[in-house]
Amino acid sequence: MTLPLIIYRSLRQHALSTIITAGSIALACGLLMCVWMVKTQSQTAFTQTTTGFDAVLGARGSKLQLVLNAIFHLEASQGNLAWADYEGIKRHPAVKTAIPIAVGDNLRGYRIVGTLPELFEKVEFAPGKKFAVAPGGKVFGSAPDAREAVAGAFAAQKLGLKVGDTFKPFHGLAFDEKNQHEEVFTVVGIMASTNTPVDRVIWIPLKGVQTMSGHDAKAATDVSAVLIQLRAASAGFMLDMMYNKQGNRLTLAYPVGAIIAELFGKIAWFDQVLTLVAYLVALVAAGSVLASIYNSMSARRRDLAILRALGARRRTIFGAVVAEAACIGVLGALAGYAVYFGLLTGVAEVIRAQTGVVLEVGAKHAVLWICPLAMIGLCALGGVVPAIKAYRTPVAETLAPTS
Amino acid sequence: MLAVTDLTKSFVSPEGTRVEIVSVKAFALAAGEQVALRGESGSGKTTFLHLIAGILAADSGRVMLDGAEMTALGEAGRDKLRAGKIGYVFQTFNLLQGFSVLENVVLGMSFGPRGADRAHAKEVLERVGLGHRLDHFPRQLSTGQQQRVAVARALANRPKLVLADEPTGNLDRKSGREALALIREVCRENGAALLLVSHDEDVLAQFETRRDFGALNEAGKRASPLNATGESPPQQNQQNRKGTAA
Ligand SMILES: Nc1ncnc2c1ncn2[C@@H]1O[C@H](COP(=O)(O)OP(=O)(O)O)[C@@H](O)[C@H]1O
Ligand SMILES: [Mg+2]
Repeated sequence: MTLPLIIYRSLRQHALSTIITAGSIALACGLLMCVWMVKTQSQTAFTQTTTGFDAVLGARGSKLQLVLNAIFHLEASQGNLAWADYEGIKRHPAVKTAIPIAVGDNLRGYRIVGTLPELFEKVEFAPGKKFAVAPGGKVFGSAPDAREAVAGAFAAQKLGLKVGDTFKPFHGLAFDEKNQHEEVFTVVGIMASTNTPVDRVIWIPLKGVQTMSGHDAKAATDVSAVLIQLRAASAGFMLDMMYNKQGNRLTLAYPVGAIIAELFGKIAWFDQVLTLVAYLVALVAAGSVLASIYNSMSARRRDLAILRALGARRRTIFGAVVAEAACIGVLGALAGYAVYFGLLTGVAEVIRAQTGVVLEVGAKHAVLWICPLAMIGLCALGGVVPAIKAYRTPVAETLAPTS
Repeated sequence: MLAVTDLTKSFVSPEGTRVEIVSVKAFALAAGEQVALRGESGSGKTTFLHLIAGILAADSGRVMLDGAEMTALGEAGRDKLRAGKIGYVFQTFNLLQGFSVLENVVLGMSFGPRGADRAHAKEVLERVGLGHRLDHFPRQLSTGQQQRVAVARALANRPKLVLADEPTGNLDRKSGREALALIREVCRENGAALLLVSHDEDVLAQFETRRDFGALNEAGKRASPLNATGESPPQQNQQNRKGTAA
């Protein structure tokens, strides 16, 4: 009861510096946890984002770009494949499903992707989960010339699209007001949220993109990529051999997750820098605990000497100062969770808006208790320096009347 | 109850020479006894009380307190003994400014064997007439009231011995007398012995038993001629320093 009282009063007496120091701990702690969680979570989220496909076939070029373009709906397409190539792989015995997509248009920055209705009928975008259209809508029919569109949940929400709305697509992957097509499409369905990049896409029939006014007539049967589901994982290596090693016209990106993992390998230096910064912030925060308590030490000398005169042992005084530092750490760590959730929610929102990949903000991870505990430990360690000073306070001299 | 024998303490003066401040052959106090020690300023009274309380370690000699030998203990042992058996009242009150009146008194017993006991702390504060000021902070009280808190704090751990170091030195004459009467009464009620040091004749006159610390302290007797000569060296030093600076 005594120690908590001493610590509580001391924290109260130096309330401003307590708040400022705990605040800096909170920032450091929140930042560290956030950097860590965004790193691990986005890595898992991105490498698991395959929207149900094992491989992507595209024009000769970068596998990463192919995956980013066809699965994540980011980056530019690296060229087209002929319809025959699509039919070729579709007939391959190792291939379960092959779905062509055509890109090249957008609606106010959200991609318009042409595809076949099979995508919605056959594909599980995650184990056991099929694409679904929100009540009141439907998927566009198999009539190839239908000017119908199905909007992804996020795109629909951001653009305010409802069933029955009409729009004219804009040419290109980036929004340019001056580049509008003449065709009018009608929204026939809004997709249920999938928490994948698909939520940011507006789907129209494949033919719609291929034959859009102003698109190259010679390429009217080309597709941008083919999304592939395999019958067996082993078949992927066979196809890889066939397209990438023996052939030199097309590129097969397989497996989709591994290609994204490579991307994370390439940007590892970035989160190393970020982690280093976070560690430095943590160190500075612990240093600020040391400094703030140390600076208040001369003002507290007399109180400490009085406590000693009342019978407090040296080690009690030492312990009180270390415990006080640890308490600042605890306050900071608790506030750190608020900082963490705030930051992570913000980052997750940005990632979702940019890529459609959804991070799990409430996810648990060892770092969420290791980091606060380490921070508290670091604060207690910072408290050792002023505690030594407190430990050494001479009682008789300090108590001498100050008149 | 308290027995001091051949107790000595010396300090190294700023000039670097060792000066003996306390040298007491024998001094004793019976349980519940109240004694006032008269001594000039600088005669070593505070140092003597610090030695008895174990706040300072003696150079040699013994302090026996209620069957325990203070001078045989290490620092932590002395802290523990002081927490259990001694109450201390200071000239400057030495209240903890960041703590309420009640908390100050609670802390007076926290380190002793019985530990913190809020109910008892309240009782003692009521006894000194501050039952209605429990949650006030020291700065919200008059100096007379502050010293009453200090008295309550000194007695909260039911000490065998109360040491009072010029307890009325910072009070006006009227509240000084009141404080003194209070200390004496409360000590009597609790069966605590009281050893008070002062240079104030008005205070000393209140006590039936008065001792002259100047006579008791051998160091004091030797110190006086030393003091007379001791005044010139610092001046010389100053002149020397001036000389080298010029
Ligand atoms: N820690 C110390 N170092 C050096 N000299 C000291 C120390 N403490 C006290 N003294 C000296 O001892 C003398 C007695 O001090 P003190 O016991 O406070 O006297 P009193 O309480 O009778 O006024 C003074 O001259 C003081 O300067
Ligand atoms: Mg004194």
